[in-house]
Amino acid sequence: MTPRVAVLDYGIGNLRSAQKTLERVGADPILTADPDEVAAAAGVVLPGVGAFGRVMEAIRETGVDDIARSAVDAGTPFIGICVGMQALYEGSEESPGVPGLGILPGTIRRLGSTTERIKVPQMQWNRLDLHGESALFADLPDDPWVYFVHGYAPEATDDVIATCEYGGTVTAAAQRNNVMATQFHPEKSGRVGVQIISNFVDLCREQQPGGLQEGRGADPAWSERPERSGKQ
Amino acid sequence: MTSAARIIPCLDVEAGRVVKGVNFVDIRDAGDPVELAARYDQQGADELVFLDITASSDQRDTIVDVARRTAEEVYIPFTIGGGIRTVEDARRLLRVGADKTAINTAAVRRPELVREIATEFGSQCCVVSIDVRRTNDADAPKSGFEVHTHGGRTRTGIDAIVFAREVVRLGAGEIMLTSMDRDGTRDGFDLELTSTVSDAVDVPVIASGGVGTLEHLAEGVIDGRADAVLAASIFHFGEHTVGEAKELMAARGVTVRPSQ
Repeated sequence: MTPRVAVLDYGIGNLRSAQKTLERVGADPILTADPDEVAAAAGVVLPGVGAFGRVMEAIRETGVDDIARSAVDAGTPFIGICVGMQALYEGSEESPGVPGLGILPGTIRRLGSTTERIKVPQMQWNRLDLHGESALFADLPDDPWVYFVHGYAPEATDDVIATCEYGGTVTAAAQRNNVMATQFHPEKSGRVGVQIISNFVDLCREQQPGGLQEGRGADPAWSERPERSGKQ
Repeated sequence: MTSAARIIPCLDVEAGRVVKGVNFVDIRDAGDPVELAARYDQQGADELVFLDITASSDQRDTIVDVARRTAEEVYIPFTIGGGIRTVEDARRLLRVGADKTAINTAAVRRPELVREIATEFGSQCCVVSIDVRRTNDADAPKSGFEVHTHGGRTRTGIDAIVFAREVVRLGAGEIMLTSMDRDGTRDGFDLELTSTVSDAVDVPVIASGGVGTLEHLAEGVIDGRADAVLAASIFHFGEHTVGEAKELMAARGVTVRPSQ
């Protein structure tokens, strides 16, 4: 089965990397900001690069804010990448006063350290520390390294499923039910990244209309994370 | 804090083929960029650099197509450089799949281009490639490290250390530092040049020019204090794999990302 995955295209950034990685793992990606196309998709990717304020402005101008919320509410597997992850939160220190989508609770904070001299942005490969069990991180090697380019990251919340060390512990990935998000770029993280995208596409396959759609609330992919249950 | 030294194979591309020269002359064919890119991606390279060294501008459209096909093969950060003179040139390369653009001659001629690219796309997209030769005559700059342009052929009189600081001030996110004295010689990096520039700027420095052995790669990080090491011919002609390079560096105590 080739699940159709909508890569939300709101006019910012190079979406080809995400698209080709999805193709490689057997998905059928489309770049779109069309509400009907996104609603019909088995999975949704929200990419993002650049400043938080500019990204949020573009997301709102293209109606991608409502489109993203609808997909999340419908239970469709959804992943935000880099600033696309940050956009899911309530706001960012980078652009005070600009609200995020508010799909995940918390605020985006600037990277920094009072004890170590670190370069901001973090632009490097770094090792992930995984927390709990997420289907997104199935079949990864023991020491998964991934590629980061970011100057800001979400504050620590209950949704965190992976961190890295960079002048302190930094949120690297989060998940709340069908909403997943990574600060790093899986589409630029070599084999580990391809595996993560492949895992995401597996979740999309399970959710595809005619698949397990009726049983969404009890989907084993989400209930693998008992500590998240009860949160809606 | 975990921080890994990066190993970056470099594709010098002319008229659609990877070439490798000694001191930028005496060029020999090293293969198809698309095939080499796929090989290095599979070997666990940390990044890939694609430099268009085509001299004439009428072949530029061809190279954009080659760059696009090469980008399709890589799932790691990909830098394209060569011939970038404007923000629009950079945009075109980002559109075909580059994550970063490397500017060289144009940054010397018009340093404001660094600021323009950094402002438009972010510092993480803006690599400044600096070609350096040691000079010691009356026209030489104070440090003895002189910036050269046009593939190392043209002297500028500019001090490489001063220039590196200046482009970082303007927004360069990374410095790709090539010793033109060492390039193609296989004698190892110019470690004094590398460490001097690494100490002078607070952005990552990629050491380039002169790698002939895996030990040279480790030296670039340990003695040159580079954040990343770039090499071409030791990988292109099958002498070594990226995996072997990582093993050697790890054995010398350098943190590297495992070739997973």
